[in-house]
Amino acid sequence: MSDAAKDAPLIAVEDLHTFYGKSHILHGVTLHVRPGEVVGLLGRNGVGKSTTLKTIMGLVRPTEGNIRLDGTPITGLPPHKLARLGIGYVPEDRRIFRLLTVMENLRTGLDRQGVSDEKKQALLDKVFNYFPVLGERRNQAGGTLSGGEQQMLAIARAMMLEPKIILLDEPTEGLMPRMVSQISNIIDVLHKENVAILLVEQNVPLTLEASERVYIMEKGSVRHHAAAQDLKVNDAVIHQYLGV
Amino acid sequence: MELTAILFSIPWDEILIQTINGIVTGMILALIASGLTLIFGIMDVVNFAHGELFMLGAYIGVVVLATTGNFWLALLIATLAVALIGAAIQVVTLRPLIGRDPLTTILATFGVSLILQNYALWQFGPVARKIQEPFTGHFTLFYLEYPWYRLVIAGLSAAIIGGFWLFLKYGKYGIWIRATTQDRVMAQAMGIPVPLVYTAAFAIGAGMAAASGVLFGPLVGVNHTMGLDWVLKAFIVVVVGGMGNLGGSIAAAIFISLLEAYASIWVSPAQAVIVSFIVLILTLLFRPTGLFVPTPK
Repeated sequence: MSDAAKDAPLIAVEDLHTFYGKSHILHGVTLHVRPGEVVGLLGRNGVGKSTTLKTIMGLVRPTEGNIRLDGTPITGLPPHKLARLGIGYVPEDRRIFRLLTVMENLRTGLDRQGVSDEKKQALLDKVFNYFPVLGERRNQAGGTLSGGEQQMLAIARAMMLEPKIILLDEPTEGLMPRMVSQISNIIDVLHKENVAILLVEQNVPLTLEASERVYIMEKGSVRHHAAAQDLKVNDAVIHQYLGV
Repeated sequence: MELTAILFSIPWDEILIQTINGIVTGMILALIASGLTLIFGIMDVVNFAHGELFMLGAYIGVVVLATTGNFWLALLIATLAVALIGAAIQVVTLRPLIGRDPLTTILATFGVSLILQNYALWQFGPVARKIQEPFTGHFTLFYLEYPWYRLVIAGLSAAIIGGFWLFLKYGKYGIWIRATTQDRVMAQAMGIPVPLVYTAAFAIGAGMAAASGVLFGPLVGVNHTMGLDWVLKAFIVVVVGGMGNLGGSIAAAIFISLLEAYASIWVSPAQAVIVSFIVLILTLLFRPTGLFVPTPK
């Protein structure tokens, strides 16, 4: 990959406006994520972070603005097409298929056209290697897993799509502190796999640690954009927008 | 002395006969209700046209049987044809309503049922047609000559339901259907083409209704209103079994059919139907999520 190609954004979101019914949620969000990059999206509750992810995933239709994947416009495509194009989504509440076994949860992303049996096995081996507990519980119903295990499963499931980017929505929410550090490990794993991540989090230290760049949102648009390193030393900005 | 008197007074032969009858109707009912509960479970559509798909299957069976003389071919063609018709109905009438008030889908499927009923009346007339059973053997059961064909119906229905269950459990598309039933948004985000899964599920449900129509045709006449009784019972079964719960529907179908069969030992079959409604009312009063589902935590 040439340097120019490496710097070209993988996902480019431009002036995104989204409504839920009559309420205007996103007021022109603009951001981008480069291949293999971890980008944090911070902000208080209800500023539109999750809606930004949902809009990128095609779960909510924007009224204005456009989204490009590798330079190709993808605005308005249905979610299942976006998933096949390489966007993985790990929602806030994880949304494990509770009555499906761990294996079946993984198969929802694995049983795509054009994936050979060897490839499937390789993908499974990879996630079972990263998350041995999922391998042990492969025949157990997803709903019987603990919160942390469900989070692993949600991420492993997204990895089955061999995504170029994963939209990761509040992975630490509701997890025990011990599990939170594991989430950083998981993010590292994805980073090693050269999967880009757009990370929405309330946990500021974790986000600053894991991300290369950070966008801070307020009232439905991006108000601040900086390298994570800079924010670590300049906590006035964090304080101003997040009140922590 | 007293005990033996009671034991003698119980009509054991009748009970055995009615057990078999109950299981036979129960399996047919389970076959119809499986499709209904599949469609409801996956897209929240209460399919009021389900009985007409059953009726349409029976009529296509009549036509194919008249042309080819082969019952099994008639069963196969009716199933496939109605599955295709079901897919077309879903695409034309239900797909545009995705995301709308469920009431609109009730009206839409009700409209489809009226169209199909009147089409059948126009095409085949009001006189009931007959499907000749593929074989006419009997065996002696107490004072009855019991037709083998009835047992074959029960066996075939069980086989179709079993095949469907295996497909749901292990098949790639079966997993897609179950995933979509549980969480359609996440299913989409995992790359599952949900609109297509809806159409396929409707087609499968329609095909199962058609298969039951052909299988049951020889026992009742085939006419344009034959779907009404069955769909009503299938609705009761689906509610009692727990909306969208396949295993529950099958259990409820057999349970209700057995109750009705036993009741008909003492009262007329027309009155025995009341039993199903009593079960329905009691279920709605005391266990509205369904009799055959685990207690919600």
